[in-house]
Amino acid sequence: MDIVYLLVPLSLVLVFIIGAVFWWALRRGQFDDLEGPAHRILMDDDRGRGG
Amino acid sequence: MDAGVLSADASAGEGAPAACYHCGLPLAASVRFTVAIDGVPRPLCCAGCQAVAQVIVDNGLTSYYRHRSAMPAREEAVPQRLRDLAAYAIPEVERALVREAGGDARVASLLLEGITCAACVWLIEQRIARLPGVLGIDINYATRRAQVRWDSRRTRLAAILEAISAVGYRGEPYDSTRAELARRTERDRALWRLFVAGFGMMQVMMYLVPVYVTDGEMTPDVEQLMRIASLILTLPVVLYSAGPFFVRAWRDLRARHVGMEVPVALGIGAAFAASVVATVSGSGQVYFDSVTMFVFLLLAARYFEMTARARALMTQERLAQQAPAVAERYIAWPAAHATETIGAGSLRVGDHVRICPGSVVPADGTVVHGASEVDESLLTGEARPRPKCSGDALTGGSFNVGNPLVMRVTQVGANTVRSGILRLSERAAAQRPRLALSADRATRHFVLALLVIAAATAAVWYQIDPAQAVWVTVAVLVVSCPCALSLATPAALAAAMGSLQAQGVLITRGNALESLAHATDVVFDKTGTLTSGHMGVVGVMPMGGGGRIKRTRDECLALAAALETGCAHPIARAIAAAAPARALPSCTDATHSAGGGIEATVGGIRARIGTPQFVAELTRQPPPLELACVTEDVSVVALGDARGWIALITFADWPRPYARTVVRELARMGKRVHLVSGDRPQIVQYTARRLDIASVLGGATPRDKLDYVRGLQKDGAIVAMVGDGINDAAGLACAQISIAVGGGADIICGNSDVVLLSGRLDALLAAMRTARATLHVIRQNLAWAFAYNLLAIPLAACGYVTPLLAGVGMAGSSMLVVANALRLSRRAPAQNARVPPAPATAVN
Repeated sequence: MDIVYLLVPLSLVLVFIIGAVFWWALRRGQFDDLEGPAHRILMDDDRGRGG
Repeated sequence: MDAGVLSADASAGEGAPAACYHCGLPLAASVRFTVAIDGVPRPLCCAGCQAVAQVIVDNGLTSYYRHRSAMPAREEAVPQRLRDLAAYAIPEVERALVREAGGDARVASLLLEGITCAACVWLIEQRIARLPGVLGIDINYATRRAQVRWDSRRTRLAAILEAISAVGYRGEPYDSTRAELARRTERDRALWRLFVAGFGMMQVMMYLVPVYVTDGEMTPDVEQLMRIASLILTLPVVLYSAGPFFVRAWRDLRARHVGMEVPVALGIGAAFAASVVATVSGSGQVYFDSVTMFVFLLLAARYFEMTARARALMTQERLAQQAPAVAERYIAWPAAHATETIGAGSLRVGDHVRICPGSVVPADGTVVHGASEVDESLLTGEARPRPKCSGDALTGGSFNVGNPLVMRVTQVGANTVRSGILRLSERAAAQRPRLALSADRATRHFVLALLVIAAATAAVWYQIDPAQAVWVTVAVLVVSCPCALSLATPAALAAAMGSLQAQGVLITRGNALESLAHATDVVFDKTGTLTSGHMGVVGVMPMGGGGRIKRTRDECLALAAALETGCAHPIARAIAAAAPARALPSCTDATHSAGGGIEATVGGIRARIGTPQFVAELTRQPPPLELACVTEDVSVVALGDARGWIALITFADWPRPYARTVVRELARMGKRVHLVSGDRPQIVQYTARRLDIASVLGGATPRDKLDYVRGLQKDGAIVAMVGDGINDAAGLACAQISIAVGGGADIICGNSDVVLLSGRLDALLAAMRTARATLHVIRQNLAWAFAYNLLAIPLAACGYVTPLLAGVGMAGSSMLVVANALRLSRRAPAQNARVPPAPATAVN
C-alpha cells in the first residue's frame, strides 16, 4: 500500500502538467488550424521568409 | 489529386487539347500568351493569367506549380479588381478596417477568396512576407482568414491587397466588431472555467473510488492523503471556475440587493471552507466531490444559456455586419457610365451607384436601371430573393443575387431602414420588460426567504447535531433554484425576440411580447391592411347574345384585354393581369369615351368595353338580366359588339394573401377581430363579409377610431391595432399595442411596438403564437420551480439531501428551465409550416 504515497502525489502533478500543457496549446493557437501545417511542411522554402 | 498529374496535364502541349498552365482552362487557338516557368515556356490563356504567372516567376515562387493540388479559382478581370482596391487607400475606409498594434504597427483581418489548396496559402504567405514593411502574415487554411501586420510608415493596406491580387487571389478586409470580439473572449473564458471544473471533478471522483471500494478498510493515513489531494484539486475549481459567482454575489451584496448568486456563492464557500477545516483537523466529513460537481454542472448550465442567447442575437448581428465598406458611384449618370469607388460612408442622397451581383446594397434607394433579384432575408425574414426592376425600392443591407443594378440613393446613414431596425432592436433589448423586472423582484424575495430558512436550519441543527449543521445548511443553500425566475425568464424573452426577428417580425419594445399575448381584440385600422389596395377580376359571365355561341372565359378576357391595350385605368390593369398569357387579338381605331369606356375594331367588328349603358348604345339590346345579380359592392364592366352582349366582368379589391387565414386563426385563438376604416361603408362591409369579420365600422374618422378603441377598452379589452404604422390616428396610440405591416423607412420611424417587416400578414400569426408560447414557457418554468423548491427545500432542511444530491438537483433544474426557454428559438420553422399556403390570389 505504500506505493499510493507516491502514486497519488504523482497523479496530482500529472493533472497540473496536463492542464498547463493544454492551456499553453490553446493559447498558442495550436488548435486553430488543423489542416494547414500538414501541407505547409511539404513546401520548399529555400529562400527563407521575409528575405 | 496528385500534384504531378496536374502540372503534366497542363503542360501537355501536343496531342491533348492544350490548357492554360496557370488556371487549367482550354486555350484559344488564336491567342498566345507564354511565360517561362523554371526555364520552360508555358502557354497561358489570357493576359490575367500571364500577369499572375509573371509575378509568381519574378518572385521566385514557382514551386507553387509543383505543389498545388487544385487549379486556382478563376479571378475576375484585373483592372476592375484594381479599381476596387483603390477604395482601401481612402483614409477613412482604411481606418475603419485597421487596428493599431503598438507604435506604427497596424493589423488587419483579411478574408481570402480563391484558395483552393495548401499551395495557395504558401504562395500568398511568401508573396506578402517579402513585401517591404510587412511584419508578418498568418493564414488559417481551415477558415480562409489571415491576420496581417505591417509598418504603417513603410506600406499600406491597399498595397498588401494589391499584392494578393497580383498572385490571383482576393483579400477582403473584414471588420470584426468589438462586440463580437468581446463575446468570443467571454465564451473562451467560460469554456476554460468549464474545462477546469470538469477536469477537477473527474480527478476528485477518482480519489473517491478507493474509499468506496475498500469500504472503510483504508488506513487513516491513506484517507488523509486522498483528502489532501482532493483539496489541492478543488482549489483551482473554487478559486478560478467559481470565481465569477463570488464576484457577482459580492457586487450584489455591496449594492444592498440579494441576487441569485448569493446562495450559490454562500453554498460553495461554506462547503469548501468546512471541508478544508475537516481536512486540516483530520476529523469530520469532506465534500470536495460535491463542490466540484456543483460548480461544473452550474457552469455547464450557464454556458448553455450563454450560447443560446448569442444565437438569439444572430440575425441582428449579421444585419449589423452586413454593411459594405465601399460603394461604386457613377461619376456622371446617365451621361457617362464611368464609376469611381468611394467609402460607403461618403455616399450622398441623389448619388447613383452600381450594385454588382454578389454585393450588398450600400444604402436605401430606388432602382433606375437593370433588373435583378435581391435577397432581403436579413431584413424581412423572407428566404426567397425578390425580383427588382426599374422603379422598385432597394433596402440597404440586402444582397444582390442576380444582375448588376443601377440605384439612385434616397436615404443614407442613420435614416436607412437598416439602421432603423438596428436602433429599434437595440432599444427593445435595452428595456427591461415588466416580466423580467417582476422576475427580478421575485428572485430577491425568494433569496431573502431562503437565507432566513438556511439560518433557521443552521440554528436548529446546531442544537440537534452540530456535526451535521454545516452540511444540512449547505444543502439547503445549494438545492434551491431561483433560475426559473432570474435566468430562464430573460432567456425566454431573448429567444422569442430572436426567433421573431429571423421571421421578419421586429419587436421594438420590451413589453410588446407580453401585451401581444394578452391581447383580446385585434383591430385592423384600414381596409388596405387586409386588402391589396388594387382591383382584381372577381368574375366573368360570358353571354351568348344574338343567337351566337358563348365564348369561353379566357376568350372574353383576351378580347377585353385587347380593347383596353394601352390604357392605365385600374380596371385595365386588372384585366391585363387576369387575361391568358397568349397573344391578344389585334385591335385598331381605339377611341376613348370619358366616363363610358373604349370602342375599337377587333377582328373586323366594332366592339365596346365599359359601363353597361355605354355598351348598350352599340349592342342596341336591353341590358342583360345578369346585371341584376351583380351586388353593389363590386364594380362591373360590360363587353359587347354590334351583334350583342359578350360578357359582364366584375371587379373587387382583393384580400391580401393570408388575410383570410389570419382572421380565421385569430378567431380560433379566441381574439375578437374588428375592422375600422375610413373607406366607404359599402366597401368596408364587403371586405369584412369576405373575411368573416363581424365587428365593422366604415367611414370612420380618426376621432371615431379613437372612440371605438376606447369603447373596447372600457369593457376591459386589451386592444392590438394593426395598421400601416404611420401614427396619424390617436387610436393607434391609444391601443395597448400597435402593429405595423410593411418595412418602409416611414414605418420604421413610426411609433409601433411591433413591425411586420416582411409586409406579410401571416407574420402577425407567428408573432401572436410566439408571444403566447413565450408566456406559456415562462409559466411552465415558474410552475416547475415552485414545485421543485417546495419539495426540495424542506427535504434538505430535514437533512435528507446530501450536498452532492443538492448540487445535482439544482444544476439539473437550472438546465431544465433554460432548455425549456430555449425551445422558443427553435419554434419558428414549425410554426411557419403550419400556416396553409395562401388561397390562390391570382384572380380567377
